[in-house]
Amino acid sequence: MKFFTEIDNTGNIAVDDMILVKDIHATAGSKMLENFVPLFDAEVVTRIKNAGLKLAGKTAVGELGLSAFNGNENDIPCDISLNVDLNGTPRRMAAVSDKIFIKPTYGTVSRYGVIACASSAETVGVTAETADKCAEILSLISGYDEKDGTSLPTEKYVYNTNKNVADMKIAVLSDITNKASEEVKTQIEKTVSALNSKGAEVQNINFELSEAAATAYTILMCAETCNNISRFDGVKYGHRTADYKNIDELYTNSRTEGFNLLTKTVILYGSDVLSKDKYDTCYDKSLRIRRLIAEKSDEIFENFDAVLLPAGSSFEIGETEGTFENMVKEIEYSSIASISGNPAVIANRVQFVAKKFDENTLLSIAKSL
Amino acid sequence: MKYELVMGLETHVELSTNSKLFCSCGGHGAGEEPNDCVCPACSGMPGMLPVTNKKAIELAVKAGLMLNCKINRYTTFDKKNYYYPDLPGGYQITQYFNPICVEGSVVIGDRTIGIKQIHIEEDAGKLVHDESTKTSRVDFNRTSVPLIEIVSKPDFRSADEVIEYLETLKSNLRFAGISECEEGAMRCDVNISVRPEGSNEMGVRSEIKNMSSFTDIRDVIEFERVRHIDAIERKTEVLVQETRRWDEVKRRSFPLRTKETAEDYRYFPNPDLMPIMIDDAWIDEIKASLPSTTNEKAVAYEAMGVLPKEAAVLANDRSLSNTFDTLIDKNIAPKTAASWILSDCLALMKKQGETTLNINTDKLAEIINLVESEKIIRDNGKKILAALFENDIDVLDFAKKNNLYTLTDKGLILATVKKIIAENQAIVADYKSGKEKAFTALVGRCMKELKGTADPTLIKTLLKQEL
Ligand SMILES: [Zn+2]
Repeated sequence: MKFFTEIDNTGNIAVDDMILVKDIHATAGSKMLENFVPLFDAEVVTRIKNAGLKLAGKTAVGELGLSAFNGNENDIPCDISLNVDLNGTPRRMAAVSDKIFIKPTYGTVSRYGVIACASSAETVGVTAETADKCAEILSLISGYDEKDGTSLPTEKYVYNTNKNVADMKIAVLSDITNKASEEVKTQIEKTVSALNSKGAEVQNINFELSEAAATAYTILMCAETCNNISRFDGVKYGHRTADYKNIDELYTNSRTEGFNLLTKTVILYGSDVLSKDKYDTCYDKSLRIRRLIAEKSDEIFENFDAVLLPAGSSFEIGETEGTFENMVKEIEYSSIASISGNPAVIANRVQFVAKKFDENTLLSIAKSL
Repeated sequence: MKYELVMGLETHVELSTNSKLFCSCGGHGAGEEPNDCVCPACSGMPGMLPVTNKKAIELAVKAGLMLNCKINRYTTFDKKNYYYPDLPGGYQITQYFNPICVEGSVVIGDRTIGIKQIHIEEDAGKLVHDESTKTSRVDFNRTSVPLIEIVSKPDFRSADEVIEYLETLKSNLRFAGISECEEGAMRCDVNISVRPEGSNEMGVRSEIKNMSSFTDIRDVIEFERVRHIDAIERKTEVLVQETRRWDEVKRRSFPLRTKETAEDYRYFPNPDLMPIMIDDAWIDEIKASLPSTTNEKAVAYEAMGVLPKEAAVLANDRSLSNTFDTLIDKNIAPKTAASWILSDCLALMKKQGETTLNINTDKLAEIINLVESEKIIRDNGKKILAALFENDIDVLDFAKKNNLYTLTDKGLILATVKKIIAENQAIVADYKSGKEKAFTALVGRCMKELKGTADPTLIKTLLKQEL
């Protein structure tokens, strides 16, 4: 497996393989797209280039960014990268490798030129060594883009790490934390002590809806992904089988050969929840749960500046990372921020989530740790 | 037993926008070569996102206002999933959950046809099959061209009503600049069932897909009517709810190949497109851009003294009503203008196979004025008009060269008057005994003798003098 495609060895920033760079192969980690060369730059790439930064290369992702973990990013010879947060994978990878990763509020960074899976949730975020670097890069790539119909009409966001943690109230989501490994729990405890020592007020609360959030997110994510990747059918885009006699065989064999088991499972799951007899009980219900989670989050953020929870079940990249079951298990930790569109940050190997557009609170916490 | 038809129509028309529904590709899919009206967005390239063309929303609202619809203030785009090579993304963007317009109506004659909804959707590309190489190629030029689908309620009871409805739609949409409705560009799916007259139950329904010619629509309705009644009365077949296609050569319908399971399009809201909010101010703005509807126009023409039937025909066609309005501006009397357009121009249009009236109105007015001032008789005016339909002639010059001016040679007319009096003593006697009609008869005979080219006023004066 190739982890890094070099573009310019003097470059200082990498983008993951879900993000299009003109004339550079974009495989999305899939055999399906092994020969896909984009005709244009993603908006985030354009903004980086316009700011005078140079692309070092592209980092590998698991097929379509679906699997719970990606390859080890420690191999990458530059310290900043842009990553598409679909299933929380860049958050877990930052926790594993002890880096800062900021997933901004949905709609603040353009998705133009990002290979789409879950259009209603996926967000381009920034991985870096420091919170200040994250703030600097996020300020460059965020802001309205007319080419993305979901881009929020705010001209410019300016991010910084200037907030004082001593003034903050932070809630630990105990019910989710208790499901994680001992090592992760210990890390949460260490973080709480660190925050206390900075003067922050920390309380334990239960989120109560984390399983509902995970199920609803899995349903929405699989349905949207199944639909978005139906364009990879061997006719116009995607690997085309050599073995076909008619159009049905062309579709079936191309997709059988081009996708891995995890993607195929996501396609089956996504097709099923959209079927006529399951739409109301699965898809539509998930949309209602999404609103419920957003309300619950708003309620929490009336009393707290941020919530603290694990970024994943453990810091180990296990052998089962690429399975559907493992993906679903890890989604429970990422889905609260994914389904609500709220911003999240990984710092000190744990996750913080804040209210919409309050990235500065998260970045300030990250800097303090 | 007597049966009645119960029919509903789903009519697709193309919106007159400058670019496609979700990208800036122009040309309306009418590329000279396959795939030359295509960009990364409308060919489904990974990473591309749709952005809605505002003009398409406005034209759809305009259509809704024209068809007396309620405009949904909150409208959304949804994705319809199916695999076909002419669909680059593997889904079509349409409106399933919250269509833009609902609950309208169209008046045809003394009946009102209900409109269930109007929704916006994108067109698909097309496949070109090459028999020699046994391959198929895809042309994405039409992909994402904006369409509206106008869905009627099952309110039609005859083929005449269906055709009248389609003609009304066509002229209204063209008139308001919503759609060009070019030949064959208006496509309908016709839902047909039959039930005993007076019954409230619905019969078994056939859906005939993709009809565009009015003649074919008329024929398929009659074919299905007979087929359904035969099935009910004579048990010729067991009717099933199915989709059928019309065979233009065999002049009959056939069931479309049915799959074992019904197609499930797995509709869901399109997360790439935010819901569209339509407020009163926007609706008012669109309302202001509507022309007076054909119905209002017809009423206005009637008020000018044009016969109701003529007013309706004039108002229903933009080219006719434009010509009429221009003639009125040039001080031609409404009745006169209507008569020239409807009896003379329409006949000439039919002869030339034209569907729109395209004539130099200055010259048309010149001809009408020559006739009205009796410098030229009506029949000769027609001859000049016919020539004007062929070439851009100079009216006065043409009349002179072809001897179409009215005869004013007093000597010749007087000789003719004397001759007619001498030959028709019985009529002259009638006239002298007080019968006014006898005078008219004598004028007519003089006119006939002079081959209809003489100045009638002069004939009358000379006749009176000689009698
Ligand atoms: Zn296009």
